Amino acid sequence: MLRPYGPVVRDDHPPFSYPDYRATVKRAPRSDLVSILQTLSETTGPGPGWSEVSEEDSDLTSNAGTGAAAIGERIIVTGRVSDEMGRGIPRTLIEIWQANAAGRYVHWRDTEFDAPLDPNFLGVGRCITDEQGDYRFVTIKPGAYPWRNHFNAWRPAHIHFSLMGPSLGSRLVSQMYFPDDPLLDHDPIYTSVPAHARERLLARYDRAVTEEAWALGYRWDIVLRGSAATPGEDGEG
Amino acid sequence: MRGPTPSQTVGPFFSMALGGAGDEKITPDDDPDRIVIEGIVFDGDRRHVEDALLELWQADRTGRYRHPDDWPGSGFAGFGRAHTDFASGRYSFQTVKPGPVPHPGGDEQAPHVSLIIQARGMLNPLFTRVYFADETPANGRDVVLGLVPVDRRHTLIAELIGAAVPPQYHFDVRLQGEGETVFFDF
Ligand SMILES: [Fe+3]
Repeated sequence: MLRPYGPVVRDDHPPFSYPDYRATVKRAPRSDLVSILQTLSETTGPGPGWSEVSEEDSDLTSNAGTGAAAIGERIIVTGRVSDEMGRGIPRTLIEIWQANAAGRYVHWRDTEFDAPLDPNFLGVGRCITDEQGDYRFVTIKPGAYPWRNHFNAWRPAHIHFSLMGPSLGSRLVSQMYFPDDPLLDHDPIYTSVPAHARERLLARYDRAVTEEAWALGYRWDIVLRGSAATPGEDGEG
Repeated sequence: MRGPTPSQTVGPFFSMALGGAGDEKITPDDDPDRIVIEGIVFDGDRRHVEDALLELWQADRTGRYRHPDDWPGSGFAGFGRAHTDFASGRYSFQTVKPGPVPHPGGDEQAPHVSLIIQARGMLNPLFTRVYFADETPANGRDVVLGLVPVDRRHTLIAELIGAAVPPQYHFDVRLQGEGETVFFDF
């Protein structure tokens, strides 16, 4: 169990400093990371038991608990969480947050963009993957919103995802985007990802997920770090 | 092999979803062994980072992790979340000092907690460890600390402040520049 996870391939991820995204410039380390052997401290992690999750938490159109539906384009977002070998990761915690249909967050700092809040939408959800590693949310398609990174900067529509994964090393925070969004190529947070890996952040429209006369369906599969044999498989051939 | 999903920043609004009041308390107020680990997160201009997310992962006081690979029966969750304060950049955890955990090389590691640091303007998480200043002999033998250049080891060691009850350990995180905290790749 000396190295249950392969090394991080930095080229699959953004650089620490990406000057087009201005806030990275003073928040990126300058020294090289120090490489260490993985120990129990790195190969273990909090797992699913840390957070209580109920069925209602995964429906953002109703989890504000007001009894009225959130406003906007209702969508289904589903997919499978797997490791780099394609094995589904069951029972992992997924937490999401997003803007409402008008591009506004329910957050005290989101005050500059004069877009309406929706009393029936919190923009927060969570769920735990099932035995196959599958997850499913019902939500509202988020709106684009402006930010002050550069002149006329607008974030493409996106949903923030946080995944706990099986270990410290598999912790992932990412963002899911929608296909064919014209804002993507102008967004330095998206383009910070090396070009070959960008499409991994795009959900795709899925007719099989779409529900007749109710909601469009999108599929976004998520791959967490982890590729070597899991404990137990070594001895079993 | 399938390529991993790329990392993205948590952005400025993560606190609406990640961690609520109380998530920084990994052990309750009536735990006689409780300690506080607190500090400030700084950027490369020495300004405090007003919107950082810190996640702490550690073994229990006997050195066991609550995980299927170690000891799932540990009653101690070992995980917590804290946000830096907008006005001061200060974070704080209430926890217990972990026991020593084994190193694959056969040695015992000095007591330490792992931290994951993320923020707006950080496209990837940074991983570091907090060691304890009052564990000098164990720190001196620690294999991981031994990999860190001697002149940077101090960035990983929390100082015991005063004689407060509960004991208070101070650990600043410097993301960039002079005194830059050591971050790990594994
Ligand atoms: Fe956002």
